[in-house]
Amino acid sequence: MTAQALPGVQQAAWHYRRLLWRRTGLVAGLAVLLLVSVLSDLASGASGMSLGRLVQGLFDPATLSATERVIIWNVRLPYALMAVLVGTALSLAGAEMQAILDNPLASPFTLGVSSSAALGASLAIAYPLTIAWMTAGVQVTVMAFVFACLSVVLLQAMSRLRGAGVESLVLFGIALVFSCNALVSLLQLLATEDVLQQLVFWTMGSLARADWNKLGILALVVALVLPFSLRAAPAMTLLRMGEDRARSFGVDTRRLRFASLLRISLLSATAVAFVGTIGFVGLVGPHIARLLVGEDQRFLLPASALVGALMLSLSSIASKLIMPGVIVPVGIVTALVGVPIFVTLVFRRGRKL
Amino acid sequence: MSLVIDKVSVAYGARQILHEVSLPALPEGSLVALVGPNGAGKSTLLRALAGLERMRGGLRLDGQDVNRLAFAERARRLAYMPQQLPPGIALGVLESIMAALRVGTADDLLGQAFAALRQLGIEHLAQRSLDSLSGGQRQLVALAQLLARNPQVLLLDEPTSALDLHYQLRVMDAVRERVQVHRLLAVAVLHDINLAASHADWLVVLREGRVVASGTPQDVLVPDLLAQVYGVQARVERCSLGRLQVLVDHALA
Repeated sequence: MTAQALPGVQQAAWHYRRLLWRRTGLVAGLAVLLLVSVLSDLASGASGMSLGRLVQGLFDPATLSATERVIIWNVRLPYALMAVLVGTALSLAGAEMQAILDNPLASPFTLGVSSSAALGASLAIAYPLTIAWMTAGVQVTVMAFVFACLSVVLLQAMSRLRGAGVESLVLFGIALVFSCNALVSLLQLLATEDVLQQLVFWTMGSLARADWNKLGILALVVALVLPFSLRAAPAMTLLRMGEDRARSFGVDTRRLRFASLLRISLLSATAVAFVGTIGFVGLVGPHIARLLVGEDQRFLLPASALVGALMLSLSSIASKLIMPGVIVPVGIVTALVGVPIFVTLVFRRGRKL
Repeated sequence: MSLVIDKVSVAYGARQILHEVSLPALPEGSLVALVGPNGAGKSTLLRALAGLERMRGGLRLDGQDVNRLAFAERARRLAYMPQQLPPGIALGVLESIMAALRVGTADDLLGQAFAALRQLGIEHLAQRSLDSLSGGQRQLVALAQLLARNPQVLLLDEPTSALDLHYQLRVMDAVRERVQVHRLLAVAVLHDINLAASHADWLVVLREGRVVASGTPQDVLVPDLLAQVYGVQARVERCSLGRLQVLVDHALA
């Protein structure tokens, strides 16, 4: 029976179910694409190891030589998985930010979380402390994390100020970006040549900092946050229709925003602390997902996470291919790939973005 | 069911917006229009009723103190509609109403959402996207969101602003009909005094945060009051269909 032959409500139900199936299919399709991309990422690299050998090595590590084992387990797997997790974290954080701040330009990068992390990391690089139980590398990660969290706490405090609207929150975030960037530049100006190189490299954002401990922590954060994000999704869909409307439908928007900012801070601070500043994933990922599945946050949030993961995974592949033998920091590649996509989206969607 | 508004005051910091506004009990089955010049406190009063503004004073629905109701219960009984659904939302009409319902199985939500669309005669829009609708159609969908929630009180903030003549009448006719059929109470902020006169059972005229007059349109709408509140020279006459019409001649100096 075709949909047209059904009475009104059944026809509507038929269309609604088809819509849900379509969106579920799109999310599943993204997951499949991600899997393919991760496998390609694993298979690409300077050593020229074949995909067959790689898969064999993953399931039966005993067949590998010591060098191959190091390449797979210490280099390729951590890189590839870190790309997925960082992309997931940043894009999910961006999607939530765009929803709760009702601003299509909101992302951890544009609202100062990444810049704050860079400032924290730069301070730790330029002025390392002598702490017996904490190496210089860990100090950088910790400082980046603390500063990223601080920036979200500041955003949070701003949002609680009486009379501070969402617009002032966004403006404050932008002011934070400029302030942190200025301070990082100051540190760079004062730094010795050796330190300067480290400072610049950190701000580029690179998967080369991946290791299994960091992977474990980031995976834990994503696994902890994702269920809460999905639980808040229906309320966030209502929030997209306007704050007053959402409140009159019984959504406690203050609590929703508070919890969401907590999730955003955990996701973006952890990701940025581990790999440095990687722009555009958090901004563009949610927009691509929105074009695919629409505004229903139950689908938009997972789709954003998957698109972000896919973008960074593809960037990871590109970072190995651009200059053979050299892994270009993924932060550079993401920005180069992200800008054209973003501009195309803006011009195709016009004001609807 | 009736809503009692007793000495409601709202202040933004040191600025007093509403000064102890009291109204006689507003009964079910009636449409009450809040009218008055810009800055009179109409929208603020409506937002206070919806629980969106911190207020002093009493608010009783069926004898129950509304301010003591749990957040969700208050939202269930009093439904507020802001001026416009924002543009650029990539959501389907039906799912936007289902989202507003919040609790229930998918089939139940779908049935209720569709019924709300049918009540307003816009079920043909069910499969459209909010993005693709005109301003008037979007406003009817917003009204369907409210009706689907089955509230006792509808609070409508300028429901006809930015709508063309056709949709101004369609929205107000729909509100009026729902109010009478379901014995709801609707309180609406209206700018168009003639629309208020033709659709409302009761007018409340506000100026500078105080009630200047309240009563049936024919009691309230007199040239002296229009001059005092709006600063205009106006005539109030009945048209050939017997409806009250306010004809404004000029602004008073």
